[in-house]
Amino acid sequence: MSAQDASRVPMVQLLSPEGQYSVPAEYAEYGKYIDQLGEADFLKFYRDMARIRRFDNEATALQRQGQLGLWIPAIGQEAAQIGSGHGVGHNDHIFPSYREHGVALTHGIDLMSILKMLRGVNHGGWNPDETRFHLYGIVLGTQVLHATGYAMGVKFDGKVGSGNHDEDLAVISYFGDGATAEGDISESFLFAATTQAPIVFFCQNNQWAISSPVNSQTTVPLYQRGSGFGVPGIRIDGNDILASYAVTKKHMDDARNGAGPYMIEALTYRIGAHTSSDDPSKYRDQAEVDYWAARDPLIRFEKFLRRQGIGDDFFAECEAAGEALSAEIREKTFALGEPPIENMFKHVYSETHPLIEEQLAWLEAYEASFGEGGAH
Amino acid sequence: MSQIAFFNLPDVGEGLTEAEIVSWKVKPGDTVAVNQVIVEIETAKSLVELPCPFAGVIQELHGAEGDTIEVGKPLISAVVADGAVGAVSTNTSAIPVVDPVAEAASAHTAVADNAAAVVESRQPNLVGYGSSNHAGSRRRGPVTAPAAAVAAASASLPVVANPATSLVNVVSVTAEDKVIAKPPIRKLAKDLGVDLTRVTPTGFAGEVTREDVLGGAQQASVFRNLSTPEAPSAREERIPVKGVRKAIANAMVSSAFTAPHVSIFVDVDATRTMEYVKRLKASTDFAGVKVTPLLIMAKAMIWAVRRNPMVNSTWTDEEIIVHNFVNFGIAAATPRGLIVPNIKDADKMSMLELAKAIENLAAVAREGKTTPADMKDGTITITNIGVFGVDTGTPILNPGEVGIVALGSIRPKPWVVNNEIQVRQVTTIGATFDHRVVDGDVASRFVQDVASVIEEPALLLD
Repeated sequence: MSAQDASRVPMVQLLSPEGQYSVPAEYAEYGKYIDQLGEADFLKFYRDMARIRRFDNEATALQRQGQLGLWIPAIGQEAAQIGSGHGVGHNDHIFPSYREHGVALTHGIDLMSILKMLRGVNHGGWNPDETRFHLYGIVLGTQVLHATGYAMGVKFDGKVGSGNHDEDLAVISYFGDGATAEGDISESFLFAATTQAPIVFFCQNNQWAISSPVNSQTTVPLYQRGSGFGVPGIRIDGNDILASYAVTKKHMDDARNGAGPYMIEALTYRIGAHTSSDDPSKYRDQAEVDYWAARDPLIRFEKFLRRQGIGDDFFAECEAAGEALSAEIREKTFALGEPPIENMFKHVYSETHPLIEEQLAWLEAYEASFGEGGAH
Repeated sequence: MSQIAFFNLPDVGEGLTEAEIVSWKVKPGDTVAVNQVIVEIETAKSLVELPCPFAGVIQELHGAEGDTIEVGKPLISAVVADGAVGAVSTNTSAIPVVDPVAEAASAHTAVADNAAAVVESRQPNLVGYGSSNHAGSRRRGPVTAPAAAVAAASASLPVVANPATSLVNVVSVTAEDKVIAKPPIRKLAKDLGVDLTRVTPTGFAGEVTREDVLGGAQQASVFRNLSTPEAPSAREERIPVKGVRKAIANAMVSSAFTAPHVSIFVDVDATRTMEYVKRLKASTDFAGVKVTPLLIMAKAMIWAVRRNPMVNSTWTDEEIIVHNFVNFGIAAATPRGLIVPNIKDADKMSMLELAKAIENLAAVAREGKTTPADMKDGTITITNIGVFGVDTGTPILNPGEVGIVALGSIRPKPWVVNNEIQVRQVTTIGATFDHRVVDGDVASRFVQDVASVIEEPALLLD
């Protein structure tokens, strides 16, 4: 199935590639969520997408300059991430994969934390208890199991459908098309369905699992993957931020109110490499990349905003904000020192542990054996 | 003032050691901007364009197209403004001062007027990246030998005494509730009813091992209450017979002397019941609900009552009232003494409802809040003496009832299965009946029915 063939599969699209907003009758329930948004919300959506795009480009450069061990670009997936991120409720918990920089932005994660992690000086650095945005799941698919377990706990605690706005919550887990081929995802579907846990499975189908195309992972559209387990699903145009927002918000609301699990497949495209260690030109055609580059989610939303009468001033303001962000993260990244070696041992156990302390003492003694400034 | 900054070849692909210069995009004298692409390189993995980390004027290209450059060696040098981000240091002296901390911060860039000095200095790679030959450039000084260093370091660690030789230390650890044990060991201890604070740890770091717990489990039944209270100074203590104690005494005497008791016992393999309990515990429906062998026993008795209704009746001299409902009594040891509250209409309950009712009954009894109504109109009773580590006993009937069952401890014992001795979870069921109402054959069938459910809980599906 090439990307172009995907048009045969029903898909929620509220914004055409030309930036024309319209709600097909069968998706009227989603349109209601857009009706409640105002201009300030639309501008925020664009600002966030522009900011995370700029961040992504700067991080890519920093990796090429030896400042990051690795970079994981999310370019092309901004609408899927920013839209869905804003659709998550104030109590809800998010279990991301390792590419969800945009979702992180919508939940107040300091972007430097992400750079620090990919430089190898921390393990994420944010507190999931405070942000409700859990640490990046590096091992493919594991975060979906964690999310499902969390959602089951929420259900057991009775914090679903109680009508208490301050207590009820739902869980969303992000993963890619590649992860759907892992047993973890199937297990998650099964547990979520049998316990009717309040969870939304958000699959960003960016069509490439590193070098494996999505058609080597599945013979049916991915949004149907959960149905046999009892997890209904829907496909959305992942490059349409309004669809991403509305569909996520509706199904998070539903899950929170006790409707059980749901799957959203956001059809999008990974414009960049899998990571900075990958060279996609070895396995995919430039024509395919060009096709999707023309469907850039930022361009589409800019067209929409201009149709709404938003002018050059706003876009210039976003550009300036991007410049400032670039300069700021460059400066901060170059100023990052090496963390003290005890940090490596800090979070192995929650309390002090004699074996860990012995290892730390050994390493400190070993490092000290080089003498002062004796790193030559 | 300006200074010269170097951009050294970074490891762009997780563990690369070198790259070939494919094409230069700039030449000496060119002005470059931050992130402007200056060179295309080919690594073992891919073709990569490198963006310039600083703005300035290119002074020198440190290699020709086709040359292979090692990671960490200069690629270009450029004249940059003082303090430019990416150029890091403002040191412009001819001989660079190599400060490892500042260097770490600069990662792959360094500043110096003297390129050679930079090349020879340490170029730290990010952790886990770059060539391992950097390690070779680190030379250890004649400092403390590692063994001595570790010993010295260890001396400052909290000392965990070998508890086998130092009882005092064990006690102090126990007092602080600082038992060291891995989660599976803690679970094992919990399952076996072993108090971790009473186990002597033999692990090398003072942790409790699996063997310690297993050893503790064998002793637990004997030394369940290790602390021996002080002998009272008075020669006697007189406790007035009143309240609950008086009621218990009257009930026991009345029961024992009005109803001719007959007791029977049967040993039973409860392995499947234990497995069933384990499965129920793990099921989501029973999450948060206490599941014990007592629950299965209760279900077994209710099932057996249906087949042998006479054991669930009352003797009134004029007539025998056979109850077609089960008010299921559970003998409970409380701080105020023995009481027997019952679960009304227990026969109408699902397994889950019964489990919750038992849990609730126990909680209310523990708090001393059992009401007289809770204890009225019982029809049959169980007494769970197994929790006290006792195999069995002859229970005395709760007055007004004609049947009571005692559930003994369940523990691994040799058991003959298919003519072979196997280790099975074995228990003894003891039961007492009012012989005025219940004949020997009914009593035996009832106990056999209960035993067969304990042996095969699937019978409950009947």
